[in-house]
Amino acid sequence: MSINVELLKRLTKEFGPSGNEGKIRELIKLEIKDYVDSFEEDALGNLIARKKGNGKKIMISTHMDQIGFIVTDIDKDGFLRFANIGGISPTVSFSQRVLFDNGTIGAINSEPVEDSSKLELQKMYIDIGAKNKEDAEKNVSVGDMCIYYSEFSENENVVFTPYLDDRVGCFIAIEALKNIKDNENDLYFVFSVQEEVGLRGAKTAAYNIEPDLGIAIDVTTHGDTPKAKLFAIGLHKGAAIKVKDNSVISHPLVRETLKTIAKEKNIPYQLEVLEFGGTDTGAIHISKTGVPSGAISIPTRYVHSTVEMASKEDIKNCILLLEEFLIYKH
Amino acid sequence: MLLKKLTEASGLSGNEKEVRDIIINEIKAYVDDIKTDKIGNLIVHKKGKNAGKKLMIAAHMDEIGLLVKDIDSKGLLKFMTVGGIDKRILVSKVVYVGEKKIPGVIGAKPIHLQKKDESSKVLDLDELYIDIGAKSLEDAEKYVKVGDYVSFATEYEEFGDGFIKTKAIDDRVGCALLIDLIKSDLDVEFYGAFTVMEEVGLVGAGPAAYSIEPDYALILEGTLCYEMPELESHLIPTKLGGGPAISIIDRTTIYNAPFREWIVKIAEKNNIPFQYRKTNMGGNDSGRIHTSGAGCITAGISVPTRYIHSPSSVMSKKDYDNSLVLLRAILEEYKEGKF
Repeated sequence: MSINVELLKRLTKEFGPSGNEGKIRELIKLEIKDYVDSFEEDALGNLIARKKGNGKKIMISTHMDQIGFIVTDIDKDGFLRFANIGGISPTVSFSQRVLFDNGTIGAINSEPVEDSSKLELQKMYIDIGAKNKEDAEKNVSVGDMCIYYSEFSENENVVFTPYLDDRVGCFIAIEALKNIKDNENDLYFVFSVQEEVGLRGAKTAAYNIEPDLGIAIDVTTHGDTPKAKLFAIGLHKGAAIKVKDNSVISHPLVRETLKTIAKEKNIPYQLEVLEFGGTDTGAIHISKTGVPSGAISIPTRYVHSTVEMASKEDIKNCILLLEEFLIYKH
Repeated sequence: MLLKKLTEASGLSGNEKEVRDIIINEIKAYVDDIKTDKIGNLIVHKKGKNAGKKLMIAAHMDEIGLLVKDIDSKGLLKFMTVGGIDKRILVSKVVYVGEKKIPGVIGAKPIHLQKKDESSKVLDLDELYIDIGAKSLEDAEKYVKVGDYVSFATEYEEFGDGFIKTKAIDDRVGCALLIDLIKSDLDVEFYGAFTVMEEVGLVGAGPAAYSIEPDYALILEGTLCYEMPELESHLIPTKLGGGPAISIIDRTTIYNAPFREWIVKIAEKNNIPFQYRKTNMGGNDSGRIHTSGAGCITAGISVPTRYIHSPSSVMSKKDYDNSLVLLRAILEEYKEGKF
């Protein structure tokens, strides 16, 4: 099964940590502008693209933002101290390269620790090779954000790269958006902001749109690696239909519709019962008077690491399932 | 003095009336509309020049403290905490209980009677009680009741080089700044929100923002200040006397970078000292305000407060004055539509 790897690669490489989604928003805008009827950008920076229809109003939410780092201090020797944006692991971050919006590259390291399992972000720093504070300030200011430096790899089965979370969701939404023509349902594609810090963008977008149905496309974790925590989700087993996570219990209507469609169209699927985590659905389903909502999840290994891995087949099946859901007569 | 009156008043989360009444009295002659909403937020509207956008300025009225949960047979009061309280600061503090402000002391076993391991550990809330000098349960019930709020009995005092010691600087200092802006001669339109229950989860700010529907919001706070000399610069959230602290990120908000940078430029242009709030810990009303309704853009401006969430917090008058100067400068530019 083939997917447009070139687009997925561009999406995963674009800069856009939570609260700073300008560049990824522009990329997506350019990519979809010929396929939508209108655009809107709200106060928080959500990109809301509409494909008009006369049927049910459906909000499709995929988040543009990514986890990263924000500079909180520059010391006299030019070392940067930082806080995390979203779920950043000290162990994953140690000895990684980071990239700033202006192209500045840095390396993350730590004050010496005896036990490397006891790494703490507060004791870690970013070294941009500056000679001193003034030198560092030529390229970086307090408040600037950076992300993991990205290497994209693939083989015939999988892609692995930082930031599949949730650029693969954006990719799936873009592909569905491009493929769907003459839709009956009124489709609002939301490329949301600040999901990683608490589903903030989806909250205001849903308020604005007042959808009849909500669906998020986001990565989920895995249970199919050596001695992995028990979780019935694995790579190459199909699109995952969310039953629950920590932010939502999917509405039975949405969940069952997705299952029915998958069965009818022979799209492989698996059910996701996640005991932690959350996604935009969590914010959408309790917006205003409530919105029946669910999610399609992409089974992904090593989420929030620099080598998030997902199956090309699964990605393709997620696109198919989303397309069918959006043209379905609800 | 306004800050003395505000900080000596008792106004724990959910019980902000005393503070709200003081504020209403201070500002009613200066506003075009004033109302208390159902949850207790005081919301005022001041007319003037605007740039076609709605501005909200928020400060929370409530403070942390204690709440009586039981009275034992000897007339001693057991209590719970309201908001984030460090248990270590409670022993031997003088408090006021209930509306009548019955004085009491938080008691514990004297050091002479403590066993070795007792004197080295932090006393749990269950081991502490408030002694109001009652003889019995019946006697205590003449003065206090279960559900009474308990605030620290701290007097406002000025000391050192323009320092102020008092309780509840978080966030009566924000209230004082907002009052000063409301009373000022600036010809600018804005909505002021004195919110309730911030300390127990930003409860009031959501409804306040929902009813105002702002495009922009400024959140005025008293914030973390910890600057012991041996600390490295990145471990110091703010410095006393370093000027208003401008927020970058906290648990509840990633502050809009262009808005923040615009404010920084105003400070620089007017030679107003300022500092960044260099920690992502803590949160404030911005968390609820910026995600209310269809969303809005927020900035956090805070007065550094040493020993925050304790009976004796400390701030600097200079920081207050510089915060006010900065806020006035922001409003002057805002009304000309410069953001």
